Amino acid sequence: MADDHGDTAGSTAAGKDVEQHGAPAHSAGTAVVATDEVPNPGFPPHRPRVTDLDPKVDKQQERRVSTMFLLSIVGSVLAVVAYFVFPIEPGNMQSVRNNTLFLGLGITLGLLGIGIGAVHWSKALMQGHDLVEQRHGTRGSEETRAKAVEVFTLGNKDSGFGRRTLLRRSLIGALVVTPLPAIVLFRDLAPADNPVTLLKHTFWEEGMRLTRDPSGTPIKASDLTIGSAFQVIPEGLNDSEHRIEEKAKASVLLVRLKPEDLEVSEGREDWNYDGIVAYSKICTHVGCPVALYEQQTHHLLCPCHQSQFDIKREAAVIFGPAKRPLPQLPITVDSEGYLIAKSDFTEPIGPSFWERKL
Amino acid sequence: MATKAARASRRSQPVGRRHPLATVALLLVGLLGTGGAYALFTSSATAETSASAEALVEEGGKLFAANCATCHGLDLEGTTQAPTLIGVGAAATDFQVGTGRMPLAISGPQAEQKPVQFTEEQIQALAVYVASQGPGPAIPADMYLTGEGYDVSNGAELFRINCAMCHNVAGAGGALTEGKFAPALADVTAKHAYEAMLTGPQNMPVFNDTNLTPEEKADIITYLKYLDETPSVGGFTLGSLGPVSEGLFIWIFGLGAIVAITVWLTAKSN
Amino acid sequence: MTTTPAQDVQPKTRGQRFTGAAANYIDERTSISGLVKEVGRKIFPDHWSFMLGEVALYSFIVILLSGTFLTFFFEASMVEVHYEGSYAPLKGIEMSAAMASTLDISFDIRGGLLMRQIHHWAALLFVASIGLHMLRVYFTGAFRKPREINWFIGFVLFVLAMAEGFTGYSLPDDLLSGNGLRIIDGMVKGIPVIGTWISYLLFGGEFPGVDIVSRLYILHIMLLPAIIIAAIGIHMLLLVINKHTQFAGPGRTNDNVVGSPVMPGFAAKAGGFFFIIFGVITLIASTFSINPVWVYGPYDPSPVSAGTQPDWYIGFADGALRLVPPGWETEWFGFTWSFNIIAPLVILGLFIAIVAFYPFIEAWITGDKREHHIADRPRNAPTRTAIGAAGVTFYAVLWAAASSDLLATHFKLSIEGVIHSCQALLIFGPIIAYFITKRVCLGLQKKDREIALHGYESGRIVRLPHGEYIEVHEQLDDYELWKLVSYEDYKPLMVRPDAQGRITVGQRFRASVSRWFFEDRIAPVSQKEIEQSKDEHH
Repeated sequence: MADDHGDTAGSTAAGKDVEQHGAPAHSAGTAVVATDEVPNPGFPPHRPRVTDLDPKVDKQQERRVSTMFLLSIVGSVLAVVAYFVFPIEPGNMQSVRNNTLFLGLGITLGLLGIGIGAVHWSKALMQGHDLVEQRHGTRGSEETRAKAVEVFTLGNKDSGFGRRTLLRRSLIGALVVTPLPAIVLFRDLAPADNPVTLLKHTFWEEGMRLTRDPSGTPIKASDLTIGSAFQVIPEGLNDSEHRIEEKAKASVLLVRLKPEDLEVSEGREDWNYDGIVAYSKICTHVGCPVALYEQQTHHLLCPCHQSQFDIKREAAVIFGPAKRPLPQLPITVDSEGYLIAKSDFTEPIGPSFWERKL
Repeated sequence: MATKAARASRRSQPVGRRHPLATVALLLVGLLGTGGAYALFTSSATAETSASAEALVEEGGKLFAANCATCHGLDLEGTTQAPTLIGVGAAATDFQVGTGRMPLAISGPQAEQKPVQFTEEQIQALAVYVASQGPGPAIPADMYLTGEGYDVSNGAELFRINCAMCHNVAGAGGALTEGKFAPALADVTAKHAYEAMLTGPQNMPVFNDTNLTPEEKADIITYLKYLDETPSVGGFTLGSLGPVSEGLFIWIFGLGAIVAITVWLTAKSN
Repeated sequence: MTTTPAQDVQPKTRGQRFTGAAANYIDERTSISGLVKEVGRKIFPDHWSFMLGEVALYSFIVILLSGTFLTFFFEASMVEVHYEGSYAPLKGIEMSAAMASTLDISFDIRGGLLMRQIHHWAALLFVASIGLHMLRVYFTGAFRKPREINWFIGFVLFVLAMAEGFTGYSLPDDLLSGNGLRIIDGMVKGIPVIGTWISYLLFGGEFPGVDIVSRLYILHIMLLPAIIIAAIGIHMLLLVINKHTQFAGPGRTNDNVVGSPVMPGFAAKAGGFFFIIFGVITLIASTFSINPVWVYGPYDPSPVSAGTQPDWYIGFADGALRLVPPGWETEWFGFTWSFNIIAPLVILGLFIAIVAFYPFIEAWITGDKREHHIADRPRNAPTRTAIGAAGVTFYAVLWAAASSDLLATHFKLSIEGVIHSCQALLIFGPIIAYFITKRVCLGLQKKDREIALHGYESGRIVRLPHGEYIEVHEQLDDYELWKLVSYEDYKPLMVRPDAQGRITVGQRFRASVSRWFFEDRIAPVSQKEIEQSKDEHH
């Protein structure tokens, strides 16, 4: 292979630059430097193309290329025509389809005509045989490098950057400190509140009715038959100032099982109402809405990362990356028979965060 | 817009529903045409059962005994293999048998749609028979199944909130646990879609009339019909599976085609 | 070119006079002639795989063009509006101005949907072609000195491209992208110590807030593109300085470049190729739907769609999240440690770091300080190729895991089965891929050696005068032979004491890695071997 690289020291004590004056050669490291390699046979003979030999074919190819360019013109014109011939009629989806399709096809022809034509021109009519260019080492010449070193030496001498340590260190210190204001400035990317406090509360509070998502109409306990699943938001959420943010924390899934199917743990005996249970819909993994409720297995599946929760066992995780059960919303009914929350969730809902347990 | 939708529906659906007044007409037809059976299912206080209805129950009973009783029990009481059918109603029967899910062919994670085993009349007889053994949800009235005159945008929103998590926003279907899946909804008939919401077949939750009112169910059906009948504006949908099929497409066909072009581009011309 | 002398004698046409004057005008003000002289006849080697970087470059230009069109109509605001456009199933629905303007672009502006689809398809192609380009560079060893830095810049471009993709994907504020942001929010919150605050500041309050779209927008259309353009500039400048690599071939050495000159052949090809790429993207965009946000609907924290996935290039991260076994979260000292998020982040971080620094790692192992301009055939660097195959497998498993639910429904499997298989494959797949690839490479090398020494089996059986039957082997000509025998060969590092007579731990470690890389090397055929084998045959 490369002659001027092949014959370096032949050393296997790799990693050491063999410094030489003039044209420096570099260590080959653990490369085996061949002493008996098969010689490079040199370039194969040039094989002329048909277009090089036959002027008729050359002419024919020229016509072919220009045909492609003409087709391109046709395509571009067709695109302009399509813009007017296939307008969008508001509400008519077929018209949008036609507009997109024919405009697109016209432009496609306009572009491909030029592209294929130019490439064919290059391949068939431009110089056919390879040319050779010599490489030179990427490293600058010794002279240039010496000049560059000199520039820095002069600069250093003049400024005293190396010599005046106090000056240098104080400059570095100043440069390190300057970005600090920028970091502080980013604090107001978000409002003044503490996110930890915010994350620990939701819109739910004692006595608040459970209502249908999205209409906001209240739900009676008698509305739920066994196997029902209601998507629930708190009463008044639709009129709240931060509707979406609150909804992102307060969304609840309400289902009814046979009371005997529920395994209720101590302290949660009065959190369900006659087999009706409400769980936060926000996954404890990374926060997707978990609402794929299977009414026979009572499994809840998150469609994003496949965590599964068992509603019978207070939404315990039975599969997937989530760790914690979905938080349960304690519910009961009011005097009119509407389902209401007994309180807010008793733990932060949604994905885990650092200060969650604090 | 409305007329366009109507025109579109006329093209693809050769039967009925031609006139804007169709809703009204269908309301009447719905009440009168299927009146006998309809009244029988919905009201427990049926004044008089006609002889033909009795015959229907009898035929249904025979069909049930021959085809369903092995698993569901002669008195619909259910066995270890299958649930009781008392109280499931005509709607559930019509859905399960009418989509070919029942009778079950092989036991798997769930009963799947397959070629229907019975004629329309036989299915009706079975439904009437099951309903006669215990009150349950009835076959929906045609007025809710037209897919016209209802609020398509409300239907779309309700669909996203109540259905899309399992059936996918475009109704392309999706996976459930342990090998079960929510089927794709393209070309599901309005009646079966309604019955599925009403009865919650298999693992699908029940969306009774207090959760989604009949009008809201009709809104959802209108949206499903819109999805079925409106051309995809962007072009081929690649199965409406979202970014996964788009990614595979660009790697296999997009980049594949471009690599083929680079080979042509760099090949020596002769 | 050959007609140049003739032109001097003939009177110039008006066009020629104009061109000459214009060129003179520009050169007298820019000294551009120097640049043209330098670059105009630069040589570019021809190989299909050398065009992949160009695909990335051109799709980026397409992205810039179509993206600029979209900015004229897109409204990067999360102000709630009631949609009153022409898509019936969303009429009257509350959504952000971003979503509403995206719908308007799609349904009420002629060519708007086409431009959206061009933009999105081009974006997918952009990242995909960068990926394929990186694979080509990796497997041919084109990252070796002097190109290590350019590999790293290319790697940075890949990361930036993914960032561009993700910020763009999030802009329409539709249900799919909103849930994507929800996942990002959840992941950020899982980062120890700073996670909660980073999420809070990023979203300008609690998720989703009203700021994220406009913030991502400014990153998407200004900051990230500016950095990408700068990085592409450096990438191409280094390409010109280093000159392109070439595959071994007769006449080609480490000290020359063989191919066609920029002017005119390569320029015509490359320019034409840009139009072809643009055309192919436009063809796809006019016939295939992508990201139909109207089907997804506006973002709302309550609904979600089955089959919620990110665009393909984020898939590996999503897959990593899915593959975490249950229960990886704990509380220590009162703080919550979400290892179900930390672990994927760390693993992906390590994976990405190995990709970024691989050239420096290999350079350290070989200690080879020479410049390398001949691209390796993958088989001639078996360990590198095997490591690459293992990396590709690792990535592919994560990617597949990101579509676990679709794999389950489409192949009638259970989600649990798919996840468990992917978990096993993530660990064993790369190991298996490594060994298979290494064996295949060594096998191919042996075959090359065999062919170089004894020629091809011609299938022709000849009976020799003394009755022996032999199969005639057809010898290679010198040009074919050269392709098989010209490659770099390394041997394992021998541990030797340094000047103080010590053997350092670093030295030992390097020696063991070097042994792993090169112990079962197959040396290229030497001239002597060729001659010996010729003697045997005669």
